[in-house]
Amino acid sequence: MNSETKSTETKPRGSARRQFLADTARMACGVGLLGLGVGLYARNATALPPAALRPPGALPESEFSAACIRCGMCVRDCPFDMLMLAKPEDPMATGTPYFVARQAPCEMCEHIPCVKACPTSALDHALTDITKAKMGLAVLVDHETCLNFLGLRCDICYRVCPLLDKAITLDPQTNTRTGVHTLFIPVVHSDACTGCGLCEKACPTEIAAIKVFPLYMAKGALSAHYRLGWVEKEKAGGSLVAPDGEHQYHMPEGLKYEYGKGLSVVPPGAAAPGAVPPAPTFKALQGDKL
Amino acid sequence: MTQVTMTRRDFIKTNAIAAAATTAGMTVPGLALAQARGGDGVRWDKGVCRYCGTGCGVLVGTKEGKIVATQGDPDCPVNSGLNCVKGYFLAKIQYGQDRLTKPLLRMKDGKFDKNGEFAPISWDQAFDIMAEKVKATMKNPDQGPFGVSMFGSGQWTIWEGYAANKLMKAGFRSNSLDPNARHCMASAVFAFIRTFGADEPMGVYDDIEHADAFALWGANMAEMHPILWSRITNRRLTAKHVKIHVLSTFGHRSCELADNEMIFTPQSDLAIANYICNYIIQNNAVNKEFVAKNVTFHKGVTDIGYGLRPNHPLEQAAGNNGYPGPDGKPKGNPNTFSATTYDEFAKFVSEYTLDKAHQISGVPKEKLEALAKIYADPKTKVMSTWTMGMNQHTRGTWINNMLYNIHLLVGKISEPGNSPFSLTGQPSACGTAREVGTFAHRLPADMLIANPQHRAAAEKIWKLPAGTISDRIGYHAVLQSRMLKDGKIGFYWTSTTNNMQAGPNVNEEMYPGWRNPKAFVVVSDVYPTVSAMSADLILPAAMWMEKEGAFGNAERRGQFWRQQVKAPGDCKSDLWQYMEFSKRFKTDEVWPAELLDKNPEYKGKTLYEVLYTNGQCNKFPKEEAAKVNAHAWAGYTNDETEAFGYYVQKGLFEEYRNFGAGKGKDLGEFDHYHRVRGLRWPVVNGKETLWRYREGFDPYVKTGEGVKFYGNPDGKARVFSLPYQDPPEKPDNEYNLWLCTGRVLEHWHTGSMTRRVPELYKSFPDAVIWIHPKDAEKRGIKRNDIVKVATRRGEIELRAETKGRNKMPEGLVFVPFFDEHRLVNKLILDATCPISKETDYKKNACKVWKV
Amino acid sequence: MNALPHKVGAEAIAEKGWLAATKWLILRRASQIGILATFLVGPWLDLWIVKGNLNYSYTLGVLPLTDPYLLVQMLVAGQSPEQLAWIGVAIVVAFYLVVGGRGFCSWVCPVNLLTDAAHWLRTKIGIKGSAHLSRTTRYWMLGMTLVVAALSGTIAWEMLNPVSMLHRGLLYGIGFAWAVLLAVFLFDLFVMRHGFCGHLCPVGAFYSLIGRFSVMRVVLPARAACNDCMDCFAVCPEPQVIRPALRSIDGAAPIIMDANCTNCGRCIDVCSKDVFTFGARFTVPAPTSSPVSGSVQAAPK
Repeated sequence: MNSETKSTETKPRGSARRQFLADTARMACGVGLLGLGVGLYARNATALPPAALRPPGALPESEFSAACIRCGMCVRDCPFDMLMLAKPEDPMATGTPYFVARQAPCEMCEHIPCVKACPTSALDHALTDITKAKMGLAVLVDHETCLNFLGLRCDICYRVCPLLDKAITLDPQTNTRTGVHTLFIPVVHSDACTGCGLCEKACPTEIAAIKVFPLYMAKGALSAHYRLGWVEKEKAGGSLVAPDGEHQYHMPEGLKYEYGKGLSVVPPGAAAPGAVPPAPTFKALQGDKL
Repeated sequence: MTQVTMTRRDFIKTNAIAAAATTAGMTVPGLALAQARGGDGVRWDKGVCRYCGTGCGVLVGTKEGKIVATQGDPDCPVNSGLNCVKGYFLAKIQYGQDRLTKPLLRMKDGKFDKNGEFAPISWDQAFDIMAEKVKATMKNPDQGPFGVSMFGSGQWTIWEGYAANKLMKAGFRSNSLDPNARHCMASAVFAFIRTFGADEPMGVYDDIEHADAFALWGANMAEMHPILWSRITNRRLTAKHVKIHVLSTFGHRSCELADNEMIFTPQSDLAIANYICNYIIQNNAVNKEFVAKNVTFHKGVTDIGYGLRPNHPLEQAAGNNGYPGPDGKPKGNPNTFSATTYDEFAKFVSEYTLDKAHQISGVPKEKLEALAKIYADPKTKVMSTWTMGMNQHTRGTWINNMLYNIHLLVGKISEPGNSPFSLTGQPSACGTAREVGTFAHRLPADMLIANPQHRAAAEKIWKLPAGTISDRIGYHAVLQSRMLKDGKIGFYWTSTTNNMQAGPNVNEEMYPGWRNPKAFVVVSDVYPTVSAMSADLILPAAMWMEKEGAFGNAERRGQFWRQQVKAPGDCKSDLWQYMEFSKRFKTDEVWPAELLDKNPEYKGKTLYEVLYTNGQCNKFPKEEAAKVNAHAWAGYTNDETEAFGYYVQKGLFEEYRNFGAGKGKDLGEFDHYHRVRGLRWPVVNGKETLWRYREGFDPYVKTGEGVKFYGNPDGKARVFSLPYQDPPEKPDNEYNLWLCTGRVLEHWHTGSMTRRVPELYKSFPDAVIWIHPKDAEKRGIKRNDIVKVATRRGEIELRAETKGRNKMPEGLVFVPFFDEHRLVNKLILDATCPISKETDYKKNACKVWKV
Repeated sequence: MNALPHKVGAEAIAEKGWLAATKWLILRRASQIGILATFLVGPWLDLWIVKGNLNYSYTLGVLPLTDPYLLVQMLVAGQSPEQLAWIGVAIVVAFYLVVGGRGFCSWVCPVNLLTDAAHWLRTKIGIKGSAHLSRTTRYWMLGMTLVVAALSGTIAWEMLNPVSMLHRGLLYGIGFAWAVLLAVFLFDLFVMRHGFCGHLCPVGAFYSLIGRFSVMRVVLPARAACNDCMDCFAVCPEPQVIRPALRSIDGAAPIIMDANCTNCGRCIDVCSKDVFTFGARFTVPAPTSSPVSGSVQAAPK
């Protein structure tokens, strides 16, 4: 009885505690699960989708989603009104700013008002020269439909580029089909391209042949175990190894062979001054010219 | 590769239908070809690009009455299947959403009112009011026949220009017909005539593959002649010795390829050209044999003014501008010259030393010398090219002459690779404006209004009474604007051009003239351009493939196409408009009584009868259309042939051909053009001419003659002594920058077609002002800032560009004119070359500030 | 409670008149809507009084305001703001230390309009049942958002936060955020009375932390006059905050010290006896102990 009484007395108290503990556990689990969901969702959203580009000066994506407080100040201060804030359905962190080059690219204002407006370091305030921005990298993805690859004279991407001749150059090559025309092949240079997207916006084909991708997608990298000889030489200002001694060759009269240049005719003027240069006769050759 | 998916059964069926149709005398247009070639139901036929003077061949694909695709014609030698990005979008130019499809008249309360709103009317109503206005203008003592005025185009098809020429100069007896080519290459025209006595280049595009050096004198071919530039680039790439020299007042895309880029102070090209002649003479590089045999020397009059209004102080001071002097007599004639000698010429240019040329032009001496050397070196074949930089110049005729001076002194002309080559910007600047002679002073085939023999010849070919054509030169383009403003023009009809955007001094001269209550302005157009919206009556026109047409490109190549599709709504071709309108007039109403009294057989006839059913223009019956084009299109016909009952185009062309036949201007037969991808005239015995004036190439040069410039009676070309002179307006303390206008690759001229192609619009939506970064900084302007640019004549607002395709020198800004929302031509002074009357769009003084 | 059909606030209206009995509600709605409108005239009328949103805003080019909760998330995620944002957060914290932390919830937050609407509808159509969840869940939520921010290195909660979603959505385009907001509305309507703001929202939870130290409080100088109509409990979104002060539980002073009081002032409105008023925590009215406690004790059960 006593114990019963005791138990009946303590039961509500004990059951309340149990109830409390159960409630707390349930709540903690619920909140924890929600947290897990939010965390996973956030993790998925930190990879910028290929069509979206961040404003100039944006930190690397992993840091950006921590630094951006989703206030939209950059959107407001863009004089071209081309930035948007991600909506929940967009495949990136909700509320963060982005632009889609094909719709409205960055016009690369000299004074970079979007960066100035950012209250955090999400848009790096150290960026003061817009030409140093790295919003992405233009890639001429489709050689089969690019009008210039086909020999047509479009080169709109080249001319619309604010850093033309630096970020995009035209590499002229003979159009072997016609024989008399030139293919002006657009080449993007990653050191200068800011990823502003003006080229993608302006590309006149139905689907752009040149597209701007986030850098992580667009840029390849050489392996560390190989160097480009000519680049290294230029960097070093000369050969990386000891220079050669003079090379000498057996040569018929009137011809010379130069290291790295090959066979050529000795120009008449190269003869001793005053001496009448003899017309070169190529006894060593079957024909009469090289 | 297209796959032929037609089954045997389809094939038999198709042929059966065609056979049945033929038997029954019916025509089933394009039936056989459509199915035999495409498989996808697209019928392909040859055509020509609608834009510039290069004349790229295209194939046009139609399906269900609409152009669905185009392609560069792989078999056209001009472009070998290539196009520029504008050409890539040809299929879209006819289908802008705001296409005009009905005549629109400014009306209030159901009647014409100059200040009314546009309301749709019928063609009958349109022609009624037009005829009324023409007749009233002719009777108006202030206006008269020349008050009936027309502004045409280098985009007219050949027969449209020809029909207009007849209607105006013979029908209305008004020589106030001028083409927009006046703004474009009139200077080239006058210089050709002055130097060679005959218009148009001696060379062909094949010169490119033979030249060792190229000199661009005020031409940004990289953007404005993209396909030709592609050829020049390839020549430069594949032959290492080839060098490219570019002269310009600012850095542009063509400079990218230049081995020698020369940015000169505006106008100083005159000094540079004379320096080169001097260099050639000083260095004994004159081709003495050539000069002795083929060249005469002359001194042009100077002090010729600037083509401004006569009351302008500069004109008051000028002694040889041809304007009435205080005594009422004309003050000289800017286009006169007198014979001198080689020695005198040598002495004249001797003052243009390297130092002086450098000092005037600001170009480093070694660069000038490098340019002079390519001309002087007998082993270097030089092709010089130019467009608006030299033509739109208050001394445009001179600088053209002076460039020929250089080529003539060294004999580098009329042979493969040695070629002074004047490029054109419109598809038929040569074919229509020049060859048909739609200028106010010209008749077809280089003949002149001022020459009585030429008038007589024209009257004879046109089967008109002697004295029909007035001996007075009509109002040229710029004068038309002034005459409108002054109330001297009562009826003004423009077509295939957008002068309210392209003409100079819009604010002060053009718009007030068009809106002058004394004038009735008609604009035939396909889209509501600035010009159309400034008119009193808008006529909806058919364009490009909606009519049978012919263009003549810069290398004398005439190219024909067949009508591919029907024009929408009530749109009618210009040809139909002119011919149909001519029915509204009886000779008695528009010709003076004395002319008719002398030639009573013309009494009581309509202008239509007199001009177009003269037994020549209506010579070929309707069925001829199918016959001529049977090789390409079974049962072909076109709208004009159906409307008038005879093959109009053939009749007009065959009559027109008579003008040049036997005079070195021979065109091929009508049928021939329809079978080939263009013919370069003179076409003699069905054979084309590549290099003119050169024995072996040119049938007009006899064996043993070597070179003969047969356009001049003595068979020789003229070298002119002409000085450097300042432009009429230069930057000063207030207006402290040079303003230069021009074009961009993405848009063609005023953009009325290309701005309606969404992709092209997007690629370059709004005009910008290119300015040197330092000039911008001085004015507190940053890239993309909105700025105002003003001259003494007006101001516009646009964004500043310090980067990009054009690199300005300090002191000069550049604005393209394609943007109808930023009408840069409001700012341009209507100063012209006093000889060619072509406006200088390149040298105005302006100021720029941040808004 | 009161078995008789009783219209909440009717007594106060009868006693004081409609205006006096609705004053704080009107002012609060004016504040909520006014602040929203100030933000909206920018994008709508191109009249830029304030740019940004509730996360960070910049008014007239002089006044930066930063949401401290967001700043903390950012800091734990490993990033730091620029100077203006620091100034902004100092201003905001100082402000809410004065006016009461959860004053944000009732006077500024746009979601309050939504959840109040849900509550109104819930009462109107007479939905009685409510799921049970502890009001401390919000602190767990707050803790969770900070842990997730730290672990994921992103301001993760911003991807779901209905507060910024609604405000940002109105200013920059709402997208599918409406679905989240609808969920909040339906949750409050059908599942839980004062569900989101009263139980879950970590933003409110964070502001309540500031509210612990804030100056402005609802004080009850006349708690003795209470006639136990219970209207204050009926209107209060956090009714648990009233009891200690009103009933002097454990000798509590007549001042609402609970950090979760949103200072909405609705209790002041609906009290026909003018028991409540706004005051400062330092100006505690002297506890008029015996009559009050007597009255409480005398109050019917």
